[in-house]
Amino acid sequence: MKRFLNILLIALFSFISVSVFAEEQDSPESEPFNAKDVIFSHIGDAYEYHITEINGHPIAIPLLVIVRSAERGWFVFGASKVVHGDTYNGFYIAKGGNYDGKIVELNAAGEEVRPFDVSITRNVFALLLSCTILILIFVPMARKYKKNPLGVPSKGHNMMEAVILYIEDDVIKPALGDQYLKYSPYLLTVFFFILLNNLMGLIPFFPFGANLTGNISVTLVLAVLTYLITNIGGTKCYWKDVLWPDVPLFLKAPIPLMPIIEIISTLTKPIALMIRLFANIFAGHMIILVLICLIFIFSSIMGIAVGAGVSVVSIAFSLFMYCLELLVAFIQAYVFTMLSAIFIGLARVKEE
Amino acid sequence: MNLFLPDSGLVIWMTIAFLILFIVLAKFAWPVILKSITSRQEHIAESLRKADEAAKALESLNEKGAKIIADAQAEQLKMVQETQALNKTMIEEAKAKAEAEAAKIIEAAREQIKSDKENAIKELRKEVASISIEMAEKVLRKELANEQAQTSYINTLLSEMDKNTPAS
Repeated sequence: MKRFLNILLIALFSFISVSVFAEEQDSPESEPFNAKDVIFSHIGDAYEYHITEINGHPIAIPLLVIVRSAERGWFVFGASKVVHGDTYNGFYIAKGGNYDGKIVELNAAGEEVRPFDVSITRNVFALLLSCTILILIFVPMARKYKKNPLGVPSKGHNMMEAVILYIEDDVIKPALGDQYLKYSPYLLTVFFFILLNNLMGLIPFFPFGANLTGNISVTLVLAVLTYLITNIGGTKCYWKDVLWPDVPLFLKAPIPLMPIIEIISTLTKPIALMIRLFANIFAGHMIILVLICLIFIFSSIMGIAVGAGVSVVSIAFSLFMYCLELLVAFIQAYVFTMLSAIFIGLARVKEE
Repeated sequence: MNLFLPDSGLVIWMTIAFLILFIVLAKFAWPVILKSITSRQEHIAESLRKADEAAKALESLNEKGAKIIADAQAEQLKMVQETQALNKTMIEEAKAKAEAEAAKIIEAAREQIKSDKENAIKELRKEVASISIEMAEKVLRKELANEQAQTSYINTLLSEMDKNTPAS
C-alpha cells in the first residue's frame, strides 16, 4: 500500500510538472488559461489521446474514427485527419453548438448533422483495454485453477481470490440467498469492471486516465443490464407486487395509481445506480482537476509567485483527493454490485 | 450539456464490450474459479477434520498402549506376588513336612531306644538273675558245707516265713 501510494505520488507530481511545463511554454503567446475547457476536455470523451503540449504542438495519440453518414455510408479513418480543425470527406469536429467536440457533417440541406458515430474514442479505447485486462487476469487464473484445483495460489491470485470471496460471500450470498450462483458471474464481472475502470481513471498516463466510469453512457449500460436482469428474473410474486399491489382497491382499480408508482419505482432504482456511479467518479475527477487548475488560474491572474505558493496547497489537497478517490473507486464498485444484488434479490421474492 | 447525455457510439461499444467480457468471464473464469475455491475450501476442511481424527486416533492409541503397559505391569506384579506367596507356602509346607518327618524319625528312634533299653534291661536282668543264682549256689554250696550252718539257715528262713505271714 505504501509503495502504491509512493507510485501515485510520483505519478501525480510528474503529471503536474508536465502540465506546468506545457502551460508555461504556452502562456506568452496563447490565450488566457481557460479552466473550463481544460477540465471538460479531461473529463469528457475525445477522438485522440492527448498527452501534453510542447511549444504549442500537442502531443497526442490519434485514435480511429468510424462513422456512418446517413447519406454516404461508412467511413473509417484516423482521427489525426480531423482533430486539428481539418475537414476530411466532409467530416469535421464541431466547435460549440449542440455537438461540441463531436464529429459532424453537413447534409444535403446544408445543416450540421451528426453521423452515426462508433469511433474508437478515448473512452472506447479505455473500455476495450480494461476488458482485455480483465480477461487476461481472470481467464489464465481460471485455467491455472482448473489445472491444479488444490494447488497453492500465487500472491496475485490470492489477492484476487480474497476480493472475489469478499464480494461473493459478503455481498452476493446475503442478498440472493441460495440462488446466488446464477447471478454471481454478472455481479462479479460488474464489480471488477467498475473497480478496474475507476482505478485506471485515476492513473494520469497514456493508456489510462480516461474517465470511463464517470461517463453516463457506461453507467447507463450497466444500469440497464441490472434492470433487465432484475425484471427478467422477477418471480410471479414480484410482478404481482408491482402490477396489483396489496393496497385498498380504490388506489388501483379505476386509475392504476399504485401500479404506476410501483413501475416508476422499478425504474428509479437503476437510474439511481446509474447516476450514483457517474456522479461520484465524475465529481472526483473534477475536484482533482479543479485543484490542479487553481495553480494556473492563480498564476495567470496574480503571477507565477502566487501560483507557486498555491501549488503547494493544491497539490496537498489533490493528493488527499487522490487517496479519497482510491477509496471511492472501491466503494462505488462495491455499492453498485451490492445494490444490483439487492435489487435482483428483491425481485426473486417467493410466496410466503 | 452533452456530458450528461449518453453518447450512442459509446453505449454501443460499452454494450458489446461488456457483454463479451461478461460471456467470456462467465463461461471461462468465474465458475472455474469459484468451484476451485469451494473445492479447495472443502479439501482444507476435510484435511483439517482428518488431521483432527488422526490426532484423536493417535491419542486413543497412546492411551491404549499406556493401558496395555499398565496392565502388563500389574499382571507382572501380580505374578511376582503370587510366585512369592507360593514360594513362601511351599517353603513352609516343606518345613512343616520336614519337621513332621524329623519328629517321626525322632519318635521312632526314641521307640527304638526305649525298646532296646528294655531289651537290654531284660537281658541284664536275666544275666543278673542267672549270675545271682550261680553266686547263690556257690555261696550256698560253700555255706552249707557243715550241718550246723544248714540247720541255722533253715531256721532263719522259717522265721522269716513266719514274720511274712503273721495273720494266717
